[in-house]
Amino acid sequence: MNLNLQWTWFHRLGSPRWFYQKTQRWLPWLSLIMLSLLALGLVWGLAFAPQDAKQGNSFRIIYVHVPASVVALAGYYLMAIAGAVGLIWRIKLSYMLMRSAAPIGAALTFVALVTGAIWGKPTWGAYWVWDARITSMLILLFLYLGVMALRHAYSSNEAADKASAILGLVGMVNVPIIYKSVDWWQTLHQPATIKFTGAPSMHPDMFMPLVVMIAGFYMFYAVTLILFTRIEILRREYRSSWVKQLVENN
Amino acid sequence: MYNYLSGGFLAYLNRDLLLGIRNKSDLIKPLIFFLLVSVLVPLAIAPEADRLAELAPGIIWIFAVLATLLSVERLFSDDLQDGSLEQMLMSPNLLIFPILGKVTAHWLMIGLPLALLSPVIGIWLSLPTTAVLPMMLSLAIGTAVLSLIGAVGAALTLPRQGGVLIALLVMPLYMPVLIFGSATIQSAVDGQSWTAPLSILAAFLAIAIALCPLAINVSLRLAKNG
Repeated sequence: MNLNLQWTWFHRLGSPRWFYQKTQRWLPWLSLIMLSLLALGLVWGLAFAPQDAKQGNSFRIIYVHVPASVVALAGYYLMAIAGAVGLIWRIKLSYMLMRSAAPIGAALTFVALVTGAIWGKPTWGAYWVWDARITSMLILLFLYLGVMALRHAYSSNEAADKASAILGLVGMVNVPIIYKSVDWWQTLHQPATIKFTGAPSMHPDMFMPLVVMIAGFYMFYAVTLILFTRIEILRREYRSSWVKQLVENN
Repeated sequence: MYNYLSGGFLAYLNRDLLLGIRNKSDLIKPLIFFLLVSVLVPLAIAPEADRLAELAPGIIWIFAVLATLLSVERLFSDDLQDGSLEQMLMSPNLLIFPILGKVTAHWLMIGLPLALLSPVIGIWLSLPTTAVLPMMLSLAIGTAVLSLIGAVGAALTLPRQGGVLIALLVMPLYMPVLIFGSATIQSAVDGQSWTAPLSILAAFLAIAIALCPLAINVSLRLAKNG
């Protein structure tokens, strides 16, 4: 009995209705934090951070490129873990999060690839280089597209959710393997690519805005994920009484 | 005494091999495809031995991936149509051994013949003779991984039986195998040690044998209901 009481929070957390109502209150605050972080990071990074010694002003695209890549990769894990939680505890909400995470992650991966290409032109002299990280990001985009495409193979939401969750988990096991393989392959084939400076060797004046932007992108991810999930909740729960009531009140 | 575990494995291995042998055209098609696309290479690029030899390690592996992909779709769809998949799913146990039996049969009928046939393509593409044994070994081990991963894709897409969808799901997961498979041949061509990439392929196989049947088991049960 006691155990059951302790687990009620867990079940409440899994209730779409609870999520919908809570996030209603959270969203303005989250959006406010997101906007201030993004505004601070962008102005700081684009206007006040010093120029790069070699790349001049063109390096400033890092303030969009790196946060997008970081969040895109983290988003894949979030999606896979949400799917696993759904498979193990059969939580509907978790599947809804997983489904919403896929297009957002794919879009961020796409942004990372496009900004990388734009950055590559002045830096490497080519829009596309088969660098280990770029190649891994491209494969990540295909993994996301696979998860999105698999949905349409199933007629019922339930089966589609489970199938996507399995694919997400298979992908999650594979992402580090793919990354390491591509890294190894790249060292084999390209002995003399230009290595751009990694984060720790960056000057703090350049690095701090990047940290702010990464935090801002995480908030952006959270806000979009919540918005997408809310739509998904309404779409799936349209028959339930609380959604009907909600529509009538509006 | 009937051993459930190995019994399930052998029963499905025998059954699928028998079905394959009785239906020979399905067995031969991927092999002919493998040979045919290899003929396209010299026609499309140049019949010069140097250039072909340079491309051979990668191209042979790409074709092996495509040939496996072509055949993997049928792995469960025929069983779904004739109802034998439902029979298999009646068992309340984990279906790891029946699944491994089916995938092993697939590998024996597709992957292994590809590996045995590959010297022909090696000769066509002027691959140095020192690289022939590494090529056959890398194909033999690598195609087993491809069969296992491909079976996950085939099980997941079973309700739609989508050939292109399988490719979309499975191709990104094939890339590590492709990298180390072609690297095995390339190392042998360059006169370096080729056992290192081959060992990594074998490690992939070990992971795939352990994990893929679990994913296939869950997907098959889903697909039946979806």
